[in-house]
Amino acid sequence: MDADHTLDCIGLYCPMPIVKTAQKIKELAPGEVLEVLSDDTGIKSDMPAWAKKTGNEYLGLEEAEGEIKVYVKKPAG
Amino acid sequence: MSEESMTIIVFSGEFDKALAAFNLANTGASMGMDVTMFFTFWGLGVVKKGSLSRGNKGFMQWMMNIMKRGGADHLKLSQMNMLGAGTGTIKSLMKKYKMPSLPESMALAKEQGVRFVACTTSMALMGLEEDDFVGDVDEFVGAATYLSLASEGKVNLFI
Repeated sequence: MDADHTLDCIGLYCPMPIVKTAQKIKELAPGEVLEVLSDDTGIKSDMPAWAKKTGNEYLGLEEAEGEIKVYVKKPAG
Repeated sequence: MSEESMTIIVFSGEFDKALAAFNLANTGASMGMDVTMFFTFWGLGVVKKGSLSRGNKGFMQWMMNIMKRGGADHLKLSQMNMLGAGTGTIKSLMKKYKMPSLPESMALAKEQGVRFVACTTSMALMGLEEDDFVGDVDEFVGAATYLSLASEGKVNLFI
Protein backbone atom coordinates (compact mmCIF):
# COMPACT_ATOMS: atom_id res chain seq x y z
CA MET A 1 0.00 0.00 0.00
CA ASP A 2 1.26 3.50 -0.77
CA ALA A 3 1.85 5.85 2.13
CA ASP A 4 2.97 9.46 2.46
CA HIS A 5 4.84 8.90 5.73
CA THR A 6 6.32 5.94 7.59
CA LEU A 7 6.67 5.55 11.35
CA ASP A 8 9.05 2.85 12.54
CA CYS A 9 7.85 1.29 15.80
CA ILE A 10 9.80 -1.98 15.49
CA GLY A 11 10.83 -3.19 18.93
CA LEU A 12 8.29 -1.04 20.75
CA TYR A 13 5.45 -2.42 22.83
CA CYS A 14 1.99 -1.19 23.75
CA PRO A 15 1.19 1.63 24.27
CA MET A 16 4.20 3.20 22.54
CA PRO A 17 3.22 2.50 18.88
CA ILE A 18 -0.17 4.11 19.55
CA VAL A 19 1.34 7.06 21.46
CA LYS A 20 3.82 7.66 18.64
CA THR A 21 1.13 7.30 15.98
CA ALA A 22 -0.99 9.90 17.78
CA GLN A 23 1.99 12.29 17.85
CA LYS A 24 2.97 11.61 14.24
CA ILE A 25 -0.51 12.02 12.76
CA LYS A 26 -0.51 15.64 13.92
CA GLU A 27 2.31 16.33 11.43
CA LEU A 28 0.33 14.92 8.48
CA ALA A 29 -1.69 17.03 6.08
CA PRO A 30 -5.40 16.16 5.80
CA GLY A 31 -5.91 13.18 3.49
CA GLU A 32 -2.36 11.84 3.86
CA VAL A 33 -1.67 8.20 4.71
CA LEU A 34 0.64 7.02 7.50
CA GLU A 35 2.31 3.63 7.46
CA VAL A 36 3.26 2.26 10.90
CA LEU A 37 5.77 -0.59 11.15
CA SER A 38 5.43 -2.76 14.21
CA ASP A 39 6.33 -6.21 15.52
CA ASP A 40 3.94 -6.06 18.48
CA THR A 41 0.92 -8.13 17.46
CA GLY A 42 -1.34 -6.05 19.72
CA ILE A 43 -1.19 -3.38 17.02
CA LYS A 44 -3.55 -5.43 14.82
CA SER A 45 -6.40 -4.78 17.20
CA ASP A 46 -5.17 -1.52 18.73
CA MET A 47 -4.73 0.52 15.56
CA PRO A 48 -8.32 0.07 14.29
CA ALA A 49 -9.56 0.84 17.83
CA TRP A 50 -7.41 3.97 18.02
CA ALA A 51 -8.49 5.12 14.54
CA LYS A 52 -12.18 4.63 15.31
CA LYS A 53 -11.88 6.63 18.53
CA THR A 54 -9.88 9.49 17.04
CA GLY A 55 -11.76 9.89 13.76
CA ASN A 56 -8.91 8.67 11.57
CA GLU A 57 -9.50 6.07 8.89
CA TYR A 58 -7.99 2.61 9.33
CA LEU A 59 -7.05 1.31 5.88
CA GLY A 60 -5.79 -2.17 6.76
CA LEU A 61 -2.61 -4.09 7.35
CA GLU A 62 0.05 -6.11 5.60
CA GLU A 63 2.00 -8.76 7.45
CA ALA A 64 5.20 -10.54 6.49
CA GLU A 65 7.81 -12.39 8.56
CA GLY A 66 6.73 -10.98 11.90
CA GLU A 67 6.64 -7.43 10.65
CA ILE A 68 3.26 -5.77 10.59
CA LYS A 69 2.52 -2.72 8.47
CA VAL A 70 -0.65 -0.85 9.36
CA TYR A 71 -2.13 2.04 7.42
CA VAL A 72 -4.16 4.98 8.70
CA LYS A 73 -5.46 7.97 6.83
CA LYS A 74 -5.91 11.40 8.35
CA PRO A 75 -9.39 12.61 7.40
CA ALA A 76 -9.56 15.16 4.60
CA GLY A 77 -10.57 18.67 5.62
CA MET B 1 -12.11 14.01 17.65
CA SER B 2 -13.85 12.85 20.79
CA GLU B 3 -13.61 14.92 23.93
CA GLU B 4 -14.39 12.03 26.23
CA SER B 5 -12.83 11.97 29.61
CA MET B 6 -11.08 9.33 31.66
CA THR B 7 -10.11 9.31 35.32
CA ILE B 8 -7.72 7.05 37.17
CA ILE B 9 -7.52 6.89 40.95
CA VAL B 10 -3.94 5.95 41.75
CA PHE B 11 -4.35 4.51 45.24
CA SER B 12 -1.38 2.14 45.17
CA GLY B 13 2.22 3.19 45.54
CA GLU B 14 3.84 0.20 43.91
CA PHE B 15 5.93 0.18 40.79
CA ASP B 16 3.87 -2.31 38.77
CA LYS B 17 0.54 -0.68 39.58
CA ALA B 18 1.82 2.80 38.82
CA LEU B 19 3.15 1.47 35.52
CA ALA B 20 -0.29 0.14 34.57
CA ALA B 21 -1.86 3.48 35.53
CA PHE B 22 0.55 5.53 33.40
CA ASN B 23 0.29 3.15 30.42
CA LEU B 24 -3.48 3.55 30.42
CA ALA B 25 -3.28 7.31 30.97
CA ASN B 26 -0.88 7.65 28.04
CA THR B 27 -3.02 5.48 25.79
CA GLY B 28 -6.18 7.40 26.74
CA ALA B 29 -4.48 10.73 26.00
CA SER B 30 -3.30 9.34 22.64
CA MET B 31 -6.90 8.39 21.88
CA GLY B 32 -7.96 12.01 22.33
CA MET B 33 -9.36 11.57 25.82
CA ASP B 34 -9.12 14.13 28.57
CA VAL B 35 -7.24 12.23 31.29
CA THR B 36 -7.01 13.04 35.00
CA MET B 37 -4.99 11.01 37.49
CA PHE B 38 -6.10 11.35 41.10
CA PHE B 39 -3.26 10.35 43.44
CA THR B 40 -4.37 9.29 46.88
CA PHE B 41 -3.10 7.35 49.92
CA TRP B 42 -0.06 5.23 48.91
CA GLY B 43 -0.40 6.63 45.40
CA LEU B 44 0.83 9.98 46.74
CA GLY B 45 4.27 8.33 46.90
CA VAL B 46 4.36 8.26 43.11
CA VAL B 47 4.29 12.06 42.87
CA LYS B 48 6.07 12.76 46.15
CA LYS B 49 9.59 14.19 46.02
CA GLY B 50 12.41 11.74 46.76
CA SER B 51 13.61 13.62 49.80
CA LEU B 52 11.30 15.76 51.88
CA SER B 53 11.84 18.55 54.36
CA ARG B 54 10.69 17.92 57.93
CA GLY B 55 8.26 20.86 57.70
CA ASN B 56 5.43 20.55 60.23
CA LYS B 57 5.32 16.77 60.07
CA GLY B 58 4.70 15.00 63.37
CA PHE B 59 7.16 12.32 64.50
CA MET B 60 5.05 9.40 63.23
CA GLN B 61 4.40 11.14 59.91
CA TRP B 62 8.09 11.88 59.51
CA MET B 63 9.02 8.25 60.25
CA MET B 64 6.41 7.02 57.77
CA ASN B 65 7.80 9.28 55.06
CA ILE B 66 11.34 8.10 55.74
CA MET B 67 10.25 4.45 55.54
CA LYS B 68 8.26 5.03 52.39
CA ARG B 69 10.53 7.08 50.19
CA GLY B 70 8.67 8.80 47.38
CA GLY B 71 9.39 9.44 43.74
CA ALA B 72 8.58 7.45 40.62
CA ASP B 73 12.12 6.05 40.58
CA HIS B 74 11.93 4.62 44.10
CA LEU B 75 8.81 2.46 43.87
CA LYS B 76 8.90 -1.27 44.48
CA LEU B 77 7.09 -4.19 42.86
CA SER B 78 3.94 -5.34 44.67
CA GLN B 79 5.16 -8.92 44.38
CA MET B 80 8.61 -10.50 44.11
CA ASN B 81 10.43 -7.34 45.17
CA MET B 82 13.01 -9.49 46.96
CA LEU B 83 14.74 -6.57 48.67
CA GLY B 84 14.84 -4.69 45.39
CA ALA B 85 16.30 -7.48 43.24
CA GLY B 86 12.94 -8.21 41.60
CA THR B 87 12.27 -4.55 40.89
CA GLY B 88 15.78 -4.18 39.46
CA THR B 89 15.22 -7.18 37.19
CA ILE B 90 11.94 -5.78 35.86
CA LYS B 91 13.56 -2.38 35.28
CA SER B 92 16.41 -3.92 33.29
CA LEU B 93 14.02 -6.11 31.29
CA MET B 94 11.95 -3.02 30.47
CA LYS B 95 15.11 -1.32 29.22
CA LYS B 96 15.97 -4.37 27.12
CA TYR B 97 12.54 -4.31 25.49
CA LYS B 98 12.76 -0.54 24.92
CA MET B 99 9.82 0.15 27.22
CA PRO B 100 9.80 3.61 28.77
CA SER B 101 10.82 3.78 32.44
CA LEU B 102 8.28 4.97 35.00
CA PRO B 103 9.75 8.52 35.15
CA GLU B 104 9.71 8.57 31.32
CA SER B 105 6.07 7.43 31.23
CA MET B 106 5.22 10.13 33.73
CA ALA B 107 6.95 12.82 31.66
CA LEU B 108 5.16 11.52 28.56
CA ALA B 109 1.82 11.78 30.35
CA LYS B 110 2.50 15.42 31.24
CA GLU B 111 3.62 16.11 27.67
CA GLN B 112 0.32 14.66 26.45
CA GLY B 113 -1.67 16.91 28.76
CA VAL B 114 -2.65 14.38 31.44
CA ARG B 115 -3.72 16.23 34.59
CA PHE B 116 -2.27 15.16 37.94
CA VAL B 117 -4.24 15.95 41.07
CA ALA B 118 -3.46 14.96 44.66
CA CYS B 119 -5.85 14.18 47.51
CA THR B 120 -5.64 16.72 50.33
CA THR B 121 -7.08 14.39 52.99
CA SER B 122 -4.37 11.77 52.43
CA MET B 123 -1.82 14.59 52.41
CA ALA B 124 -2.99 15.76 55.84
CA LEU B 125 -2.88 12.21 57.18
CA MET B 126 0.70 11.78 56.04
CA GLY B 127 1.78 15.29 56.97
CA LEU B 128 2.48 16.20 53.36
CA GLU B 129 2.37 19.75 52.05
CA GLU B 130 2.21 21.06 48.50
CA ASP B 131 5.99 21.63 48.52
CA ASP B 132 6.54 17.92 49.12
CA PHE B 133 5.31 17.08 45.62
CA VAL B 134 6.96 17.23 42.23
CA GLY B 135 5.91 20.17 40.08
CA ASP B 136 3.90 17.86 37.83
CA VAL B 137 0.97 17.96 40.27
CA ASP B 138 -1.48 20.50 38.88
CA GLU B 139 -3.95 20.73 41.73
CA PHE B 140 -4.68 19.64 45.28
CA VAL B 141 -8.29 18.54 45.58
CA GLY B 142 -10.87 16.48 47.45
CA ALA B 143 -13.23 13.62 46.68
CA ALA B 144 -16.03 15.86 45.39
CA THR B 145 -13.73 17.16 42.64
CA TYR B 146 -12.89 13.59 41.69
CA LEU B 147 -16.51 12.47 41.67
CA SER B 148 -17.64 15.43 39.65
CA LEU B 149 -15.02 14.54 37.01
CA ALA B 150 -15.77 10.81 37.23
CA SER B 151 -19.51 11.35 36.79
CA GLU B 152 -18.71 12.88 33.40
CA GLY B 153 -16.07 10.26 32.61
CA LYS B 154 -16.53 7.38 30.22
CA VAL B 155 -13.69 5.39 31.78
CA ASN B 156 -13.00 5.57 35.51
CA LEU B 157 -10.37 3.29 37.01
CA PHE B 158 -9.13 2.54 40.51
CA ILE B 159 -5.60 1.19 40.64
